[in-house]
Amino acid sequence: MPTLFLLLPAVGALLALMLPRHREHEARWIALIFSTLAFAVSIIIFIWFDPDTPGYQMVDQFAWINPGLGGFEVQYIVGVDGLSAPLVLLLGLLTVVAVLVSFSVEHRVKEYFAYLLLLETAVAGVFLSLDLIQFFLFWELELLPMYMLISGWGSGRARYSAMKFLIYTLAGSAFMLVGFLVLGLEGGTFEIEALTQAPPQDALVPLSLVFWAIMLAFLVKLPVFPVHTWLPDAHTDAPTAVSVMLAGVLLKMGGYGILRIALPILPEQAHDFRVILAAIAGFSVVYGAVITLQQRDLKRLVAYSSVSHMGYVLLGVAALGAVGLSGAALQMFTHGTITGLLFVMVGLVYERTHTREISEMSGLMHRMPLIGTVMLIAGLASLGLPGMSGFVAELTTFLGAFDAHPAATIAGIFGVVLAAGYILWTVQRVFHGPPDEKWAQLTDANRWWEYTAMGSLVVSILLIGIFPQLITRSIESGIEPIARIFEASA
Amino acid sequence: MSGWELVHHIGPSIALFVGAGIVLSADMLLPRGRAPLVMLTLLTLVVAGGWALWHANTGTSGPAFEGAVVMDRFALFFIFLLVSATAAVTVASTEWAQELDLKGEYYALLLVAAGAMSLLAQGNDLILIFIALETTSIVQYVLVGVTRKDRSAEAGIKYLISGAVAAGLMIYGFAFLFGTTGATSLDGIATFVQSGPEDARLPLTLGFVLVAAGFGFKMAIVPFHGWAPDVYQGGPTPVISFLSVASKAGGFAIALRLFYNGLGGGDTFISEDWAIMFGVFAVASMLFGNLGALVQTDARRLLGYSSIAQAGNVAIGLAAVAAGTTLGPSGVMFFLGTYVATNLGAFFAVIAISERIGSYEIKDYAGVFKRAPILAGVLMLCLLSLTGIPPTAGFIAKLYVFNGAVQAGEEWLVAVVAIAVVNTAISAFYYLSWVRTMALDDPEEETSIRTTGPMQAMLGLAATGVLFFGLVPAPLISAAQRAAEALSVPLS
Repeated sequence: MPTLFLLLPAVGALLALMLPRHREHEARWIALIFSTLAFAVSIIIFIWFDPDTPGYQMVDQFAWINPGLGGFEVQYIVGVDGLSAPLVLLLGLLTVVAVLVSFSVEHRVKEYFAYLLLLETAVAGVFLSLDLIQFFLFWELELLPMYMLISGWGSGRARYSAMKFLIYTLAGSAFMLVGFLVLGLEGGTFEIEALTQAPPQDALVPLSLVFWAIMLAFLVKLPVFPVHTWLPDAHTDAPTAVSVMLAGVLLKMGGYGILRIALPILPEQAHDFRVILAAIAGFSVVYGAVITLQQRDLKRLVAYSSVSHMGYVLLGVAALGAVGLSGAALQMFTHGTITGLLFVMVGLVYERTHTREISEMSGLMHRMPLIGTVMLIAGLASLGLPGMSGFVAELTTFLGAFDAHPAATIAGIFGVVLAAGYILWTVQRVFHGPPDEKWAQLTDANRWWEYTAMGSLVVSILLIGIFPQLITRSIESGIEPIARIFEASA
Repeated sequence: MSGWELVHHIGPSIALFVGAGIVLSADMLLPRGRAPLVMLTLLTLVVAGGWALWHANTGTSGPAFEGAVVMDRFALFFIFLLVSATAAVTVASTEWAQELDLKGEYYALLLVAAGAMSLLAQGNDLILIFIALETTSIVQYVLVGVTRKDRSAEAGIKYLISGAVAAGLMIYGFAFLFGTTGATSLDGIATFVQSGPEDARLPLTLGFVLVAAGFGFKMAIVPFHGWAPDVYQGGPTPVISFLSVASKAGGFAIALRLFYNGLGGGDTFISEDWAIMFGVFAVASMLFGNLGALVQTDARRLLGYSSIAQAGNVAIGLAAVAAGTTLGPSGVMFFLGTYVATNLGAFFAVIAISERIGSYEIKDYAGVFKRAPILAGVLMLCLLSLTGIPPTAGFIAKLYVFNGAVQAGEEWLVAVVAIAVVNTAISAFYYLSWVRTMALDDPEEETSIRTTGPMQAMLGLAATGVLFFGLVPAPLISAAQRAAEALSVPLS
C-alpha cells in the first residue's frame, strides 16, 4: 500500500510529461486524477492503520542494493506507524488542494504538474522510508522539483529564492549524510528500526557531533531561528500551490525527521541538549511572531508566522515526554492544514488584486465575502481558537513542555498572544474598513476548484478541532515508543 | 609460457593496436571517402571487448612477461570500461569526423589510445607503466590538435607541455622507487615495502608523491589540473569527451594498481602517508574545481572545472584505504563506471546542441528543452547525476565513495567527507543553474533542434546507463567489488 502511494504520483508525472505540447493543458486533469487516487490510497492507509498494534504496519521490503555499501545491503523498506500515517494523509490532501489551486497555471503546464507530482512522491518517500539511506535519497529527490517550481513559476526574485532554498537544504542535508554514514558504521545497518533498538553508544566522531550534524538538516527544514531565512523568500516568490506544499508538508519533513531519527537513535544526546533546543524553540516562536507583526506583504506575513508556529513543534520535542511529543506531532498536522489554507486564501486574493501589499487593500469583505470569511476561519484556527485544530495542538504542546522548560513555554504562550495580534490586525486591515473604489470590480471565489480547495481544508480543520481523537489516537501510538525511551532513561 | 599464451595475455591491447594499423592502411589504400573507417574501428573494439570477455569467462589471471603485465579482474574492469567509452565516442563523433582532414588518423589514434590504456590497466612494472602511460599521452596530444585549427593546436601544445612536465616528475618518482626498493616490478616493490623499513620512508615518500604528479595529470586533480579548463575549451569537443573519461579512468586505474599492489594496500607503514596525500588532493580538487566552475559561462570550460571537482570525489576513494576492506578502491571503480556514462552523455548532448545553436555559451542554452526535449533531457539528467541527485547513478556513486571513506574508520576521513558533501552543495549551484536555463528560460527561437541517428543512439545509451545504475546499481557494484578484490590478492 505505501508503495502504491509512492508510485502513483510518479506515474502521473511521467504521463503528464509525455503529453504533446498542444494538448498540455490536459496535464491538470492527469494531475488531479493521480493526486486524487493517491489521496484515496492515503485515506485507506490511514483507515487500515491500527493504532493498537505496535510497530510498523503495511511494510513493503526488498533488498535494493545487494551487495550493498560495505558489509550490509541497502534495502527498500517502507511502512507506516502512528507518526507517519497522519502525515501521509496530510500529504495526500494537500497535494489535491495544490493541484486544484494550480488550475489557473497557463505557462509550461505539463512540466509544472509533473514537478508537482514528483514532489509528492519525494515527500511521501521521506515519510515512509524506514532506512536511513533511502530516507536521504528521497530527502534529496525533493530538491529538484521544488527548485524548479519556485524558480520557473514563481514571481519576484524567484531565481534567487529558489537557489537560496536549494543551497540551504543541500548544505543541511550534506551534514545529515555524514551523520547517517557514521551511524551506519557504528550500528552495522542503516535500518531505522534496528538502530532504534540498539542506539550506538560510541562512534568514530563524538555522538554529540553526529546529533547536531543530523539535527542541522532538520532544523533548517523546520525551520527555526537562525536558519530560517530561506523560508520567507521561498514562500514569497513561490506560486500559491508550491507555498501550500512548502508550508503544509515540506516543513513537516524536518519535524518528522527529528521524531523518527534524531530522538530515537540518539536519545542521550537529545537529552543532553534539550535545554538548547527549548531555547531555540522559545526564541523562534517569539522572534517569528515579532517579525510577522512588521510584515507589509500578506504572503511574507503568513510565511513568518510559520517560523513562529514551527517553534512550537521544536518546543514540544524538547520536552521529551509523551504529552509534549504528541503536541509537536499534532501541531505538525494542524499547521499543515491551517497554513495550507492561509496560503490558498492569500493566493486567491493575490490572483484578484495582483498585489500583496496589505496597505493597498481595504474593505475587501464587501467584494469577496466568502474569501474573507474563510480567511477569518483560517486565521482564528491559526491563533489557536478553541474548537479548531490549532488549539488542541498548542495546548497539548504547552502542557507537555511546561514542566521541563517553563521559560520557553511562557515565551511560547506569549507567541500565541502575538499571533492573535498579527492575525486579527491583518484580517481587519485587509477585509474590513471602508471599501476601496479601485477594488470595485473584484469577484469572490467563483470557480469549482476554488470551492473544493477551500472547503476540504475548512472541513478538516473543524473536524480535527471537534474530534481531535481522529488523529490523536494514531499520533499517540506513534509517540509512545519514543516517549518510552526517555521515560526509561529519566 | 608459449608465444600464443603471451599474445592471449595482452589480447585486447594487441587487437586494438592491430585494428589501428588496419584502419590506417584502409584509409591510405582505399579511395578517399570509401573506406569503412567507422565500421573497422567498431569491429576492432568488438574484437577487443570480446577478447576481454573470453578472459573473464575462462578466468585467466596472473602475471606474464616476467611479471610485467597481469591479466586479472581489475584489468578487465577497466578494459571493458575503456573499450565501451571508445566505442561510444567513435559512434557519437561520426558526424564531426566527416569534416576532418585526418579522418583515418583520428580513428586509428582513438584505437591506439584505448590499446595503450588497456595495457596500462594491466601494467605491473614501472617500465611498462611508463611506456603505456606515455603512449596514451602522446596519442592524446595529437588528438587534441587533430583539427589543426588555431584553438585546437593551442590546446594541444598546452596539453603537451604540462603533460611533459608531469611525465618528467613521474619518471623521477619511479627512479626514487627503484632506487629505494631495487625493483621495477610492483611485486618486488611490494615485498620491500611490506618488510617495513622505517629508514626508507623519506625516499619512498618522495617517490610516490612524484609518481602521483604523473598520475594526477591524467586524472586532472589539483595541483596537476592546470591544463584541463583550457584544453576542454580549446580542443575539439568529441576528443575532449574521450579525454574526460578515458584519461581519467586510465589515471585512476594505474594509481590504484601502483598504490594498492605496489605500495601494499592498507596495511603497510606508509599507506597512511599516501592516503593522506590523496585526501589533500581530493579536498583541493573539489574546492578548486567547484569554485572555479561557479563563474564559468562556457559549457566546455564549466565541464573542465567540473571534471577537476569530480576527480576530487574519486580521489576520496583512493584516500579511503584500510586493511581488509575493498570499499575504497571499489568505490573508485564504481564511480568511474557511472562517470563514463554520465560525462559522455553530458558531452555528447553539448556537442549535439552546440553544433546546432552555434554557441557554447550557457546563456544560449536558454529554453533548449522546448526545442529539443530529448537532447536537453539527457543533458539535464547527466547534470543531475554529476550533482548527485537521485535517482541517477551519480547519487549512488557519491554515496558509495563517501560511505567507503567513513567505513575506513579514520576521523580525518570523516572530515574529508564533510568537505565533500559541502562541495556537493556548491556544485548544485552551477549544475542546476544550467538545468534551469535549459528547462525554464524562454528560447530566442522556437525551431526544433535535431541530431543524427548515431548520436541519438549514444545519448539514449548514456541516459539509460545513468538511470539504470541509479536504480539498479548492484551489478556494477559487484563487478567493482570483485575487481577490487583482485587488487588485494598478493601477487607472488
